Amino acid sequence: MNNKIKRIIPQLLTILFVVFVFGFFTFNAQVNMDNRGIDFGFGFLKQEASFDMQFTLLDYDGQDSYLWAYVVALLNTLLVSFLGIIFCTILGVIIGVARLSSNYLIRNSAAWYVEFFRNIPLLLQIFFWYYAALRALPLPEGAEPWFGVTYMTIKGYYIPAMIWQNLNIFMYCLIAAVVSIVFIRIYAKKLQEKEGKQLPLIYISLAILIILPGLSFLVGGVTLNFEIPVLKQLATTSYIYEGGVRLPPELIALVLALSLYTSTFVAECVRAGIQGISKGQKEAAASVGLTPNQILKLIIMPQALRIIIPPTTNQYLNLTKNSSLAAAIAYPDLVLVFAGTALMQTGKAIEIVGITMLTYLSISLAIAALMNWYNKKIEIKEK
Amino acid sequence: MFKVIKKLTSFVAMVAVLFAFTTEAMAKKSKTLKNTQKKGFVRCGVSQGLPGFSNADASGNWTGIDVDVCRAVAAAVLGDANKVKFTPLSAKERFTALTSGEIDILSRNTTWTLSRDADIGLTFVGVNFYDGQGFMVRKSSGITSTSQFKNGISACTNIGTTTELNMRDFFNSRGISYEPVAFEKADEVVAAYDAGRCDTYTTDKSGLAAQRTKMKNPDEHIVLPETISKEPLGPVVRQGDSVWEDIVRWSLNTMIEAEEYGITSANADSMKTSDNPAIKRLVGAEGEMGAAFGLDNEWNLRIIKQVGNYGESYKRNIADTGILPDRGPNQLWTKGGILYVPPSR
Repeated sequence: MNNKIKRIIPQLLTILFVVFVFGFFTFNAQVNMDNRGIDFGFGFLKQEASFDMQFTLLDYDGQDSYLWAYVVALLNTLLVSFLGIIFCTILGVIIGVARLSSNYLIRNSAAWYVEFFRNIPLLLQIFFWYYAALRALPLPEGAEPWFGVTYMTIKGYYIPAMIWQNLNIFMYCLIAAVVSIVFIRIYAKKLQEKEGKQLPLIYISLAILIILPGLSFLVGGVTLNFEIPVLKQLATTSYIYEGGVRLPPELIALVLALSLYTSTFVAECVRAGIQGISKGQKEAAASVGLTPNQILKLIIMPQALRIIIPPTTNQYLNLTKNSSLAAAIAYPDLVLVFAGTALMQTGKAIEIVGITMLTYLSISLAIAALMNWYNKKIEIKEK
Repeated sequence: MFKVIKKLTSFVAMVAVLFAFTTEAMAKKSKTLKNTQKKGFVRCGVSQGLPGFSNADASGNWTGIDVDVCRAVAAAVLGDANKVKFTPLSAKERFTALTSGEIDILSRNTTWTLSRDADIGLTFVGVNFYDGQGFMVRKSSGITSTSQFKNGISACTNIGTTTELNMRDFFNSRGISYEPVAFEKADEVVAAYDAGRCDTYTTDKSGLAAQRTKMKNPDEHIVLPETISKEPLGPVVRQGDSVWEDIVRWSLNTMIEAEEYGITSANADSMKTSDNPAIKRLVGAEGEMGAAFGLDNEWNLRIIKQVGNYGESYKRNIADTGILPDRGPNQLWTKGGILYVPPSR
């Protein structure tokens, strides 16, 4: 009994202290806001935003509400994070494996790459890719086409837009192809377990992926046309491209800087993961007759991933949070649009900063949950 | 018995009067003023560098007409125009810095609007520059009027300003589709526009004129003649301290009225013997013009002597630096402008 009380009292005191501190600050904030005639509330979310954004994934207009502006800005943040995570993973794996290459040139260039990009502050890299690269790019009228129909200019990267007819039929075919591939893979696994036969899975999958959607063009009435960007004159020396899709230079600079920076950390995780597998594993695999490809795919990687995933998750979280530096180069992300313009126009500092913090927290927790699930899936199942 | 009652009532009356005096004296003493005098400097929020309004030189000395408002307040309440601590703020940070008490005056080319005045715990005390939003374009583009703007034009500007909203109203009412490119800092806007990212740069016309001087080649750019909005810029204080609000308001008014009566930093002392009572009041030689704020009587004389009148401030900061040599609407009402302040009496 006495022991129990001894254990509970410090915990109770801690809770009381935390409640008191929170209560004190909340009370203070309330009194201060009252004195200055600021009221607290989320009613402003329904008001008309009345500002425009340069780049949105969904339809947005200044007549829409602050709530919609928030959603659209959030999608912009998610887009940058998503693209950044994809590119930094691809680049990170390549660099990480390259650092272990037996080729002197490849090994050392990879090491230089890592040391160079991870030791320069990210904000500077963003400024570099935006301002330095921006000045180096041609004006729209002076741009040479890349691949014949795309134009990289100071005002963005213009690519042809795809104009579909009966897009839904094409999508159904694509889904059908993916589903059938999944079934074939399950069947192939069973076949291998039962009879030891191996199917050429990659060729079969590729064939299905090409043939099924291809059929939709021939018999399904699906057509695809390209709208190619065309140069248009606005004034004597001012041009843009009309038609097609434009990726704003802010998005390109941001994704570039984020993925180059984060890929160095991912590369180090990958290197550590591969080096963490003992040499004996590789030698044992070779002695039972596996090819070097099979050794990497079936023996090394599944074990290395267990080491790689947890620290890489941290890097993904960092990248997502770092994407808020977008505000420095006019990419309309959550911080620039919502915690910037919207906060300024409404003056609801506590509410808006609160919502923004909660949003980043949710995104990070969601990414962490996903990666933890994947980590659970690949960890050693002890029986 | 009667005598005792009489004595008692007179005592009570005296106490009441004394009490009333002390409470009144306490009410007159503003909390912000008290803190400022205790600290020994005025805490002033300014821009991150806008020539003519608030700009720091290489050795960290701030100059500009917005800076002069804070210097005037320092001269009035502390006796020394140099006792100001300047805090450079972005457009986004400025109001939070003021409402949270980090600064006591925000003098940062800030537009007076209804929603800002009413919603967010601020009080605008006056106008020290009448401005309007305009557009800057490259001369080589051949554009000489906003009527030549076409669909697809890209416009660089700052976030968190009235500019962003006016720009939308302007392009929408003309049915022009445009690409807004909004940065957090003015320097970033200038760099992006200068690099060719945008076809036009839009902000207050005074800002355009000032930023033009920062460009690689100022002569390659022109400010279009159209003005698309009203932008009365002025100092702002926190809501809830009406004495402090009055001090800042009348410091600004003193500078403008001094110009009206021809009182300058050079002749202020000699004006004490003027025949005009309005002039004598402005240099502290007549009336009790400081008592209402809890200040001495020469607070306004110090402003004029140490900072100068509005005309001197404008000439020093904006005209002589080549930003806007023509005063336009910022001329006294007696000379065809719209500068008109209530009388100091």
